Amino acid sequence: MMEIILEHYNYWLGVIIMMAGFYTVISRGNLVKKIVGLNIFQVSVFLFYISIGNVKGGAVPIIEKGITLYSNPLPHVLILTAIVVGVATTALGLALVVRIKEAYGTIEEDDIHNQDQSL
Amino acid sequence: MIDNIVDITLLSLIAIHAIAIIRMRSLFAVVMLFSGFSFLSALLFIVMDAADVAFTEAAVGAGISTVLMLATLALTYTSEEADKEEKEPTHNPWLPLSVVVITGGLLIYGTYNLPSFGDSNAPSQLHVAPYYLERSLPETGVPNVVTAVLASYRGFDTLGEVTVIFTAGIAVLLIIGGRRRVKPQVENRDSNRET
Amino acid sequence: MKHNLILRVVSKFLIPLIFLFALYVQFHGDFGPGGGFQAGVIFSATIILYALVFGVDNAKKVIPAYVLRLLASLGVLIYAGTGVVTMLLGGNFLEYGVLASSQVAGQHLGILVIELGVGITVMSVMLIIFFAFAERGRPALNVESESESELE
Repeated sequence: MMEIILEHYNYWLGVIIMMAGFYTVISRGNLVKKIVGLNIFQVSVFLFYISIGNVKGGAVPIIEKGITLYSNPLPHVLILTAIVVGVATTALGLALVVRIKEAYGTIEEDDIHNQDQSL
Repeated sequence: MIDNIVDITLLSLIAIHAIAIIRMRSLFAVVMLFSGFSFLSALLFIVMDAADVAFTEAAVGAGISTVLMLATLALTYTSEEADKEEKEPTHNPWLPLSVVVITGGLLIYGTYNLPSFGDSNAPSQLHVAPYYLERSLPETGVPNVVTAVLASYRGFDTLGEVTVIFTAGIAVLLIIGGRRRVKPQVENRDSNRET
Repeated sequence: MKHNLILRVVSKFLIPLIFLFALYVQFHGDFGPGGGFQAGVIFSATIILYALVFGVDNAKKVIPAYVLRLLASLGVLIYAGTGVVTMLLGGNFLEYGVLASSQVAGQHLGILVIELGVGITVMSVMLIIFFAFAERGRPALNVESESESELE
């Protein structure tokens, strides 16, 4: 039992953080909070991915004389691209929130829905 | 053993941050908690031997994302309105909670077959990674394997990524490029609602 | 925030150091952690710190808006241009080996040039986004808005 926990705890905690971000997106009405929840979801996916590439006793993947065991460098490459694309998406989402506020006067999802339905 | 303790401590702190973000109603506190969350995840990346990723996550998550969210809060809440708090939740939380619990349970059930954390004989470390680790220094002359793979072996993907960043900049300029022009109309609508 | 003495003095001291650190991260990305993206974000953090302490108008005098748009396109052009140059010299697209006398030297030179392009683009796009958000909050100076408020 203890071995199962020690071998898999990083995956489990990653899933817990992912579900926390998912719950924020689907149950809270404020648009800025939804974007924060989306970012939490993204960071949990990055943590999950990098923990797959980790090697116990390995070093940072920068080649140096005398070190033979390195961590896997390929997930790092993927996640670098993903982080940068994530910040581009966040910036666009926040720009859209600013325009929604100027058009509707509020950024609560229920008020926007009511205003749309009363037109 | 000490490695595992550090890992579990950091992951638990991150989980506490995430749950606090759900429960908090003051939006300013939520943005600050998100900045702390980003910084803790950068620390976790360093513990897992990912130096470049930790650098990028700290600079981008705790730097640029937080600044942009604070600027959005400043643009969307004027000082007359309530203190940047979100509204009381009006919906029943049981349906989202059950969806989240069922999805989380299925995902945890799916992780039983994954290789154990840090195993050096896992399939992900055996086939492609030794090829890059052995051949990147003789072929490109660059000791940092991540930079060599990003810029030389997978250089075309990085070209696509730079184009995505450029497109995001153009799109933000199109959406909120100039000064605000609809300010009088918003005041008219607010005064009509009050009467 | 210009009237806060500590902020003014400390930021005047720190901004050149942060800029120097960004240059170090950019050009040492081959031998240690770093590279184009991280350096671009740290470059933009320099100008954002300046804009927060001394005002967006002064920051726009340091880097005007048209220069930022030019630099963003220049970065992507450097990156794609390297690929076209390698095609003109006889190799495939983005095959850096043909850029210099030997294969290894060509690869190293190609990696340096494209990381420079990436750094320039990321810095200018982050600053474009920040200035777009900061300028949106200023009151508009339209003639129509003033006449409408007079009619009310």
